[in-house]
Amino acid sequence: MIDKRVASLAEAVAGVRDGATILCAGFGAVGGPDELLDALLEQGARDLVAVANNAGSGDRGLAALIANGRVRKVICSYPRSDRPHAFEAAYKAGKLELELVPQGTLSERMRCAAAGLGAFYSPVGVGTRLAEGKETREIDGRLYVLEKPLKGDVAFCKALKADRWGNLVYRKSARNFNPVMAMAADLTVVQVKEFVELGALDPEGIHTPGIFVDRVVQVGAKP
Amino acid sequence: MKPLSRRQIAWRAAQDIADGSYVNLGIGLPTLVADFIPGDREIVFHSENGVLGLGKAPAPGEADPDLINAGKGAASLLPGGSFFHHNDAFLMIRGGHVDVSLMGAFEVSERGDLANWTTDDPGFPPGVGGAMDLAAGAREVRVLLEHTTKDGQPRLRHRCHYPLTAPHCVKRIYTNLAVIDVTAEGLLVHEMVEGLSLAALQEATEPPLTLANDWRPLSASEV
Repeated sequence: MIDKRVASLAEAVAGVRDGATILCAGFGAVGGPDELLDALLEQGARDLVAVANNAGSGDRGLAALIANGRVRKVICSYPRSDRPHAFEAAYKAGKLELELVPQGTLSERMRCAAAGLGAFYSPVGVGTRLAEGKETREIDGRLYVLEKPLKGDVAFCKALKADRWGNLVYRKSARNFNPVMAMAADLTVVQVKEFVELGALDPEGIHTPGIFVDRVVQVGAKP
Repeated sequence: MKPLSRRQIAWRAAQDIADGSYVNLGIGLPTLVADFIPGDREIVFHSENGVLGLGKAPAPGEADPDLINAGKGAASLLPGGSFFHHNDAFLMIRGGHVDVSLMGAFEVSERGDLANWTTDDPGFPPGVGGAMDLAAGAREVRVLLEHTTKDGQPRLRHRCHYPLTAPHCVKRIYTNLAVIDVTAEGLLVHEMVEGLSLAALQEATEPPLTLANDWRPLSASEV
């Protein structure tokens, strides 16, 4: 029997190692797994490489990990998002390495890893500082830059609903990076608002099939 | 001579958006364009965080926490709108499916190079977001900017002094003084505010300007 549901946040984040590359879904404060990342802070993993669109927002989740010195490097497109004070303080203190990646390249590099591809050529970034040191190639008269896959040891995601197989449904623009990050890590951990019975999700409307998901934990349920 | 206000620049750019277009609006000045689309046109606004069919900002108290725009502000969805994940959002951009990208800019060069992502201010950590994807990928890139900096320096330059977002991508430029196209022959002025001579406009512009044969006064509604 397949049952990917776990009973607690502590169980959900168990086994994440020091030095792990963690994919943190969300765009600004929307669709991010704050409770899971708060639990990771409790769990104690350090020296992390965090992949995210923004480098934390407010005082929770990724921002809390950064503020507590658990993150060595951030790979992101736009570190200064909504309330970026944790990132700014660590960055200005020289305690946080930053790799900037154009937003679509960030998501495509993860898709590339998920799809088992070796690399891809993108027109984005050609002729700019962010392509320096990368191979460029002309294909049919246009220049492209070679971008390599980006894989996570662990992905932390947030969805609206899950069943025990780990099939997921997201809500509105909270979907954002969740589907690609769920596909691009060795271990995918998802926090959801609601568990539903197997078969209750419309098979035509499942956003992330359970094959990509390893652990699901419910948070914020009404008592 | 009366330069356009920021809202008037946005109004002018809105008049050029064709009925049926799929359009991405950058953060800041371009965001204002949505307010001025002529009522007889149906335009679909694309947002990089996975939304097509963005509507107006919701009324106070009606914001949905899971529905935001690229600027992380509360948004609404029009009937016919859709949600999708980040890879699809950027596939739409990079693959040329978005008809028009309206962006802000620090500088534009005479060959249409765009600089709008970093000023290399050491006190201000850089962020690129989706800017390079939009500049390199959208079918047509148009920029909105003040013609000169606060201390009167031209923003239209022979070469951009700030780091490039993408080379050779800008097609049309809307400023508080003029509407200018980037052509193979250089910058072509289509409209200038009333009372401004080409010589005076040239004074505020680094590369040489040519006046189009069918140029006309730039007039904007009092918005």
